[in-house]
Amino acid sequence: MRRLPVLLAALGLGGIWQIVSMIAQTAILPPPWQVLEAFVLAIPHDLGLHILASLWRVVASILLAVGTAAPLGVLLGQSRRLYRIVSPMIYLLYPVPKVVLVPVLLLFLGIGDAAKIAVIFLILFFQILVLVRDQAAALRPELLLSVRSLGAGRRALYSFIYFPATLPAILTAVKQSTGTAVAVLYVAELFATRYGLGYYIFINSTSLFDYPAMYAGILAMSLLGLGLYFGVDWLERRICPWLPSAQEENS
Amino acid sequence: MTQNPGPRPTSERMVEARDLTFAYPGGAEIFALFSWQIERGETWAVIGPSGCGKTTLLYLLAGLIWPSSGELRIGGECLRRPRPDTGLILQDYGLLPWATLRANAALGLRVRTFYGPDGLHSPSGEQVGDIWPRVDFWLKRLGLEEIASHYPSQVSGGQRQRAAIARTLVLRPDLLLMDEPFSSLDAPTRESLQSLMLDLQAEQGLTSIVVTHNIEEAAFMGRRILFLGRPPQRQGVVLANPGAGPLYRDRRHPAYREMCDRLRKMLDATIQGSG
Repeated sequence: MRRLPVLLAALGLGGIWQIVSMIAQTAILPPPWQVLEAFVLAIPHDLGLHILASLWRVVASILLAVGTAAPLGVLLGQSRRLYRIVSPMIYLLYPVPKVVLVPVLLLFLGIGDAAKIAVIFLILFFQILVLVRDQAAALRPELLLSVRSLGAGRRALYSFIYFPATLPAILTAVKQSTGTAVAVLYVAELFATRYGLGYYIFINSTSLFDYPAMYAGILAMSLLGLGLYFGVDWLERRICPWLPSAQEENS
Repeated sequence: MTQNPGPRPTSERMVEARDLTFAYPGGAEIFALFSWQIERGETWAVIGPSGCGKTTLLYLLAGLIWPSSGELRIGGECLRRPRPDTGLILQDYGLLPWATLRANAALGLRVRTFYGPDGLHSPSGEQVGDIWPRVDFWLKRLGLEEIASHYPSQVSGGQRQRAAIARTLVLRPDLLLMDEPFSSLDAPTRESLQSLMLDLQAEQGLTSIVVTHNIEEAAFMGRRILFLGRPPQRQGVVLANPGAGPLYRDRRHPAYREMCDRLRKMLDATIQGSG
């Protein structure tokens, strides 16, 4: 995505917001500059800590999900037998809306970070698993044969074929699920915590009635999602330069 | 820098297949007590209708699949896994899409460095050392140095096959197996690569086997031609084609035409017999 159109779109949306808030004239829709001011002023105080708490939860979930789902996906992608055993389970579990598991996870894992990380992990896990499995299964047999003929055994096939071949699928899965991950993070942070953007937004709207701060929290959460998306996108172009998207960028 | 192959084992027989039997799981037998011999330095073409087992034969020789019975010796040794001194070039899809041509050409040497000289995945005596001079030598020899940093999707089919050839020859094989290596290329590219391949085989003292469904390719590249009819294969028909190679660059050469006609008749007879 080009930078200038994104910037212009942000300014445009800010403009619409400004107009609507001027017409509405209500405390529950402060103008954007007031929210921005609240955002900037709150960062060195508590907002910064809430952002860090949320960021840590999302990043930990992503790393955990990639670390477990990617190897499992590769394994499923290359073993038909394993695939036949496991895929009915995935078929049933994949569509379960993971966010409804938040109360269950809280009961099992308690009020710390574990439950919050676990629910995001579950969402990412299935996305990555399915995409990586398909990618690994779609590898051309000619490719595997020709690399095996160069002397590659199982270990070398993993490092020279399966890992690079499934890297784009991993990054795509992470990219596709960041939106959902942040949304679920909000829900997860409504319960049993005193840190995190979900808590910050909720407490400012329902107890403190500090609406600019509430919007600052919403802004921070949006930026978190946006930053993760673009971060992974950038990483993809950086470490997968053979993909058409990366080549367009370079040419 | 010399790229001549090092000292070779003493066995003069490169391939010795005795009573090979093979069937894919759940399928009919493709080879039934099949025997075949190839001497060191020979250039062979294997031709036959589709489904005759040409590619299967090549995969057997490459050690990628195993016969259910019989004995297969390559370079005097019983074949149990892909042999480090055998090079394999496939029709397409053999290059890593995520690696540049240079990285693809280096792949075999990187696999060897990955395992070290263990005698299984790479020759036991070989110290690979710095791989890049060897890789760059072959990229240059095959005219790829200008596009070495390109990805396979960015170059032509002919250039991709050149890269596949470079990747194989970098490993200094003594036996070269090719499965329809030039089938997806246009005629001029195909002919120039066929000639290049013959030059390289002569220069490197390679034993080579090219599997093809293309009559002209078999007649041009194989000094000996193995004709496979309908499976199961027991013996195959071996044709001597001593003029193959540079002489037949003139495609009007009478012996070349005669060989093409003969192969065509054999293929037609097989196809009609099965229809």
